[in-house]
Amino acid sequence: MVHGEAWTLKEFFTYPNEYIYWTIQIVMYPFMTGLVAGAFVLSSLYHVFGVKELKGIARFSLVFSFALLPVAMLPLMLHLQQPQRGIEVMMTPHFTSAIAAFGIVFSTYGMIVASELWFVYRKHFVEEALRLRAVDERSLGEHLAHLLFSALTLGAMDISEHALEADERAVKKLAAAGIPVACFLHGYAGFIFGSVKANALWMTPLMPVIFICSAVVSGIALCMLTYIMTMEIRKLLAARKKHLYPELPSPEELKSAEVHVVTMTAKYLVIFLVAAITLELLDLIFRGYTAMKSWDILRNVIYHRDFVNIFVIQYGMGNLLPFIIFLTPGLTVRRAALGSSLVLLGVFMMRWNVVIGGQAFSSSLSGFMHYVLPIWPDSVETFKEGLFGALTVAVVPFVLFWLINKVMPVFKDTH
Amino acid sequence: MLLIIAGVLVVRKILVPADFGVGARGYMYGWHRPSNEEDWKKVTIKYRTAEYCKQCHLEKYDEIKKSPHANINCENCHGPALGHPDDPKSLTIDRNRELCARCHFRLEYPTSGRGKIRGIDPKTHHPQLECVTCHWPHDPRKAGHGGATSAAAAGGPIVPGLSAAPAAVRTTRERRGAHDIA
Amino acid sequence: MISRRNFCKKSLLVAGGLAIPLSALELFDPKRLLAEKPDGKKTRWVFLVDTHKCVGCGFCVKGCKTENEVPYDANVTRTWVERYVITKDGHTHIDSPKGARDGFETSQIDIGEGKFEEIKNEEIDKAFFVPKLCNQCDNPPCVQVCPVGATYQTADGVVLVDRTWCIGCGYCIMGCPYGVRFFHPVFHVAEKCNFCYHRISKGMQTACVDACAFGARRVGNIRDPNDPVTKVIMTERVNVLKEEYGTTPQVFYLGLTKEVK
Repeated sequence: MVHGEAWTLKEFFTYPNEYIYWTIQIVMYPFMTGLVAGAFVLSSLYHVFGVKELKGIARFSLVFSFALLPVAMLPLMLHLQQPQRGIEVMMTPHFTSAIAAFGIVFSTYGMIVASELWFVYRKHFVEEALRLRAVDERSLGEHLAHLLFSALTLGAMDISEHALEADERAVKKLAAAGIPVACFLHGYAGFIFGSVKANALWMTPLMPVIFICSAVVSGIALCMLTYIMTMEIRKLLAARKKHLYPELPSPEELKSAEVHVVTMTAKYLVIFLVAAITLELLDLIFRGYTAMKSWDILRNVIYHRDFVNIFVIQYGMGNLLPFIIFLTPGLTVRRAALGSSLVLLGVFMMRWNVVIGGQAFSSSLSGFMHYVLPIWPDSVETFKEGLFGALTVAVVPFVLFWLINKVMPVFKDTH
Repeated sequence: MLLIIAGVLVVRKILVPADFGVGARGYMYGWHRPSNEEDWKKVTIKYRTAEYCKQCHLEKYDEIKKSPHANINCENCHGPALGHPDDPKSLTIDRNRELCARCHFRLEYPTSGRGKIRGIDPKTHHPQLECVTCHWPHDPRKAGHGGATSAAAAGGPIVPGLSAAPAAVRTTRERRGAHDIA
Repeated sequence: MISRRNFCKKSLLVAGGLAIPLSALELFDPKRLLAEKPDGKKTRWVFLVDTHKCVGCGFCVKGCKTENEVPYDANVTRTWVERYVITKDGHTHIDSPKGARDGFETSQIDIGEGKFEEIKNEEIDKAFFVPKLCNQCDNPPCVQVCPVGATYQTADGVVLVDRTWCIGCGYCIMGCPYGVRFFHPVFHVAEKCNFCYHRISKGMQTACVDACAFGARRVGNIRDPNDPVTKVIMTERVNVLKEEYGTTPQVFYLGLTKEVK
């Protein structure tokens, strides 16, 4: 079986070499980078635009954005036929290709987020380092932790008010600089598809903008969802340990803070959701109106073969339902969690409908290809490019987030 | 920061081939390792064309060139010459029906050269026989091996079409009009 | 009295306005390739396909696979032949079973998933075969989108893939409007027709040209005015595939009609 043959069903006339080459991992990649960009924008809404209600979630989003960054490379590594040569993008980049921008954009973005995180957590690093230094007989774990935190301070031990204010100014500058970079991070992903003139569905100048808007939407939704989930865990822990540490906030206090943050975040989610939907519908209307040569087969794919994927799941469950959920008054945390989950589903389906949908028809415009997602891996290939490969990519950021949280705790005000 | 950049440059020096750069077609279309062009030129040639076969097999070459099959390359039916006669010492002779049916499976396509080729329906036209039983491929105007094909397979001499063909088999020209055209 | 600023603005506008129709007049024209290239290159490989002569025997596909070591059983090929059958009801039926590797073994149209469509002879208005291969475009979109410089164009116009450098991302495969690229099943890098570069560099012809007994395929050098292929391209009515993509393909077709995809 050649690459792609195992999961492609071809109907009518397709060129002999045509298979679905860009599969679930290429759907995961823009999804994950979208989360990265979106989480960063959410964090910046507080740091740059001073939306005070978002303070609780700002730190959280920044750390999550950083945890997602290495994960964004994972789907690419799983997709490449020669992953060990992946580094070539950094060594001999061909900048006429959108993919070559990957090296620069990722490095820049990584440095900005890392620096911003350093400024945000410098006080914590210093405090931890000093605390561990004061411990006389350190265990091995404490010794390693002391080394780590001391190294992370990079020697800047001054935590006076003056120094911390300087930190805050640096964070503001970095967050501001980071917004266009985050947009570029996902704009270039949209450009990868939008610039392929050979593909009638992908070719549109709107693609980079659509991708950016839906990326921000997904980032906000993910942060909201994870925030709600971690708050649940906190409430459970606070209730259990209340008698040990009376200074811990009560579950009621936690709950009211949570609703406040969630309501504010939901507002921004809706704004970007409107933008994303507007652009996507604009693209669809234009295609139908101008009815180019490819419209015949595109119409068949969009309104017939992929109807459920596009209109029922993506637009219906992923856009319309969350609209209703977030706009009806009296938003509860539980409703917000449901809305966020649906939004994430919608954004995932949007990536699916672009990547897989774009390969659902042949370049001959006279045939179709159907993607059969490999469920049970019976080879390395069907693992990497199948359901389990996608699940691996989905799970890793949470693992990383848990690890990073040990060094840079997201809820700093408590133990 | 500088350390990182220095590190990257060192790694790059080691891993990237020294001649990698911009070629004759500019950065957009010519960004590559130039020595790769020579790599492609060094690919082994498999098909040597009839002009190569002619050097030793002149009789057969002339026979074919005077026949309706003049433009068919020897290697289409005999496989690539490669290093023949050193390696391989002899070439295969593909006597499969499917080979001949590539052109001679009759298709009624008037607007294509295919429509001008005389042909049969392989399913009904002597399906158990090899085509060469009755038709001599080097000159289809002549009769085939008759039963000699099995002798050839057993290592016996191949009887050229010019010598006595089995009496029961007439030449294709004589039997014209009896083709099974689908 | 016009101000200096307005004068500058207006003259820029006029200049810009003139430039647009003038550049639009520069239609794709093979003579330009022949005459004007300032780089003075002596060779630019082009291909000529005569769809009147192709009989769909598939020897070209078989020869190509052997010559270029693409596994015979793999369902990918550097070149293929498409069959077009236009019936009286106006429908166009197209197929290319295994790329016509074994020719066309049935008069039924292969419509995928093991299904076939029966066509009666009396229903056929027109039927013909169209061989296809890499167009070695002058503006190859596949080269443009390679992120690492693994695929490139030589000075004589052939687009090659560096098998030691390709990372297997598949962007070039997605970028080709003609569907000529694929992943090599053994080397796991991008692969496509390269006009048998190892043969034409030695004065031979491509394997598919040698295999074709009907003269449906010919390779030539457009910079050589005495090349018979060049003469046909300059004097007869030739066409190219998907010109609207701006790729300037260098495979020219005789008898290319509107049905061809």
